[in-house]
Amino acid sequence: MIIDINFIGLIIASIMASAVPLILASCGELITERSGVLNLGVEGMMIIGAISGFALMTVTGSLIIAIFGAMLAGVLISTIFAFLTQTLITNHVATGLALTIFGIGISAMIGKNFVGIPGKEFPVFFEGFKDTIPLLGPILFGHSIVFYFAFALPFITSYFLKKTKIGLIVRAVGDSPESASNQGINVRLVRYACILYGGAMSGLAGAYLSMIYTPQWIENMTGGRGWIALALVVFSTWNPIKILIGAMIFGGLTIIQFHMQAIGVRIPVQFLTALPYIVTIIVLVVISRNSRKIRLSTPSSLGKSFYKDN
Amino acid sequence: MIKIVKRDQPSRAIFFFTPVLAIFLTLVAGGLIFFILGFKPFEALKFFFIVPIADKYGFSELLLKATPLCLIAIGLSFCFKSNNWNIGAEGQLTFGAIVSGGVALLFYEQEGFYILPIVILAGAIGGMLYASIPAILKTYFNTNEILVSLMLVYVSKLILDYLVVGPWSNPEGFNFPETRQFSDSAKLPLLFEGLRIHAGIFLALAAVVISWFVFYKTYLGFQMKVSGFSLKTAKYAGYKGKKMIILVFLISGACAGLAGVGEITGPIGQLHREISPDYGFTAIIVAFLGRLHPVGIIFASLVVAITYLGAETAQIFMQIPKYTGQVFQGMILFFLLASDYLLFFKFKFIGSKK
Repeated sequence: MIIDINFIGLIIASIMASAVPLILASCGELITERSGVLNLGVEGMMIIGAISGFALMTVTGSLIIAIFGAMLAGVLISTIFAFLTQTLITNHVATGLALTIFGIGISAMIGKNFVGIPGKEFPVFFEGFKDTIPLLGPILFGHSIVFYFAFALPFITSYFLKKTKIGLIVRAVGDSPESASNQGINVRLVRYACILYGGAMSGLAGAYLSMIYTPQWIENMTGGRGWIALALVVFSTWNPIKILIGAMIFGGLTIIQFHMQAIGVRIPVQFLTALPYIVTIIVLVVISRNSRKIRLSTPSSLGKSFYKDN
Repeated sequence: MIKIVKRDQPSRAIFFFTPVLAIFLTLVAGGLIFFILGFKPFEALKFFFIVPIADKYGFSELLLKATPLCLIAIGLSFCFKSNNWNIGAEGQLTFGAIVSGGVALLFYEQEGFYILPIVILAGAIGGMLYASIPAILKTYFNTNEILVSLMLVYVSKLILDYLVVGPWSNPEGFNFPETRQFSDSAKLPLLFEGLRIHAGIFLALAAVVISWFVFYKTYLGFQMKVSGFSLKTAKYAGYKGKKMIILVFLISGACAGLAGVGEITGPIGQLHREISPDYGFTAIIVAFLGRLHPVGIIFASLVVAITYLGAETAQIFMQIPKYTGQVFQGMILFFLLASDYLLFFKFKFIGSKK
């Protein structure tokens, strides 16, 4: 059997495409967690981004407004989380759960009028170069701006955390809010900023799903991707580059299930659909078994509230 | 001038007052949302919170919805009190329903008094088995229970889907994704003629009584409380942490499994794809709103059950989308968490000093 080499390239490209929302949301959450805040509301922020992007695109007709609007929606909804956890010192886990439940409800409420409306075509770059290089052509060319941004993001995030002063401040706040505060850093402000940034990235991830990947509005369309993104952060041991690897594995699982169905592998479709969730659990177990490594790489104050008497 | 001061000790009066405040604030915010959506706020709130329970039938429906919520929330309170974040009750409910449904199908077209107890027990065991996965992974592999229990929710729904579409689907069912109807001996008896409320409510009430006893009268309850305050203290006191983690997960799994049994052997009478409108997730809110206190949870389950009924009524009469129920549930939790601020801080009025 001869397999067209470009076909393999296309499969890899489709795996990358399905990894995009995971990379975006995970990199956002990674920054939030590095500042010591555990936001379990990723799924809720993502779905809000998905409906906001799609609704704005349909209403205004402008893709730019829609993309930035979705990010803004993510920021707005995460502001609720930031206000509750940082100003009112609420429990991170419970607040994150509330955010997810609320987000799914609100998105379905807004989305009622947008079910069944076809999406718009999203511009892609370098479409013409796809056939110029075998294998690599379909991988490198013909994608949306969000796609390229997503694959640059882990490197940008890594650079930001390791090499910039603000990155250092974020890490300091996450690892030891007390000493950061004694150094004159406004812990609350830094954490606010990191939460809102995480919201923006989750919003963008949602918009990618509803505007580029699918592209249409389907109720509950994030389907647990927000939770997988959270698992990816643990998988990466808070290292942005490893998010890339994890997201590709999960993207691969999603894509392979389609191809296995297509070539008629006799495995129940439900089992293939469950695969990403089962693999997430297995991966978490393998990573977490080494409790020392987890302890060393977890931001020390993750999930703990910080309150400074003034 | 107003100054915010940290309280020396959390206020106990406010501890029980804030849930009421949270419900009030949710109503205000809900009215505002209805207004923005172009409905008359008071009329909408009336359809949401009063009309659904205005008659006998409505009240029975309220109890029907509150039963699984109460049962699951009681179980979750064991976990939350001891700092274990089991958020996968929906999966434990589903798996409990699968196991008990499977057993009920074994007794297809058979009658006998012994069938129902076996079916109920099977559901509790199913829920416990499913809850033991995150518990064991947490205790022996240090794995985050939040993510594991949540991932298992998706898996459980896919298992259910596979079974009702494939091997367990009704042979005479024209390929509908559902099993056969259970025999009458495998169904919970109805309490009143013409109403859907069934004997499952006694399971919930029993859970309330037992949990109250365990929380406040046993050594285990004390251990859970200490571990909830500080894991370090619990360790220092020599409590067997791992055993307790597994135990609280098993208890909450059993409760969720029983809630699943109540649904399929009560109002549904068979297995199909949608056996629970996310009771397992909503029960998390119920547990918090009820302050992890058995009696509080009873009230909370009734309040939150209204959001389910209200969403249906409001959709029928005012074409308000049914998801408003979820929005209300999310808001209740937001406002509850927010008003907890008053627990730890107080506003002090200070006269201007000269």
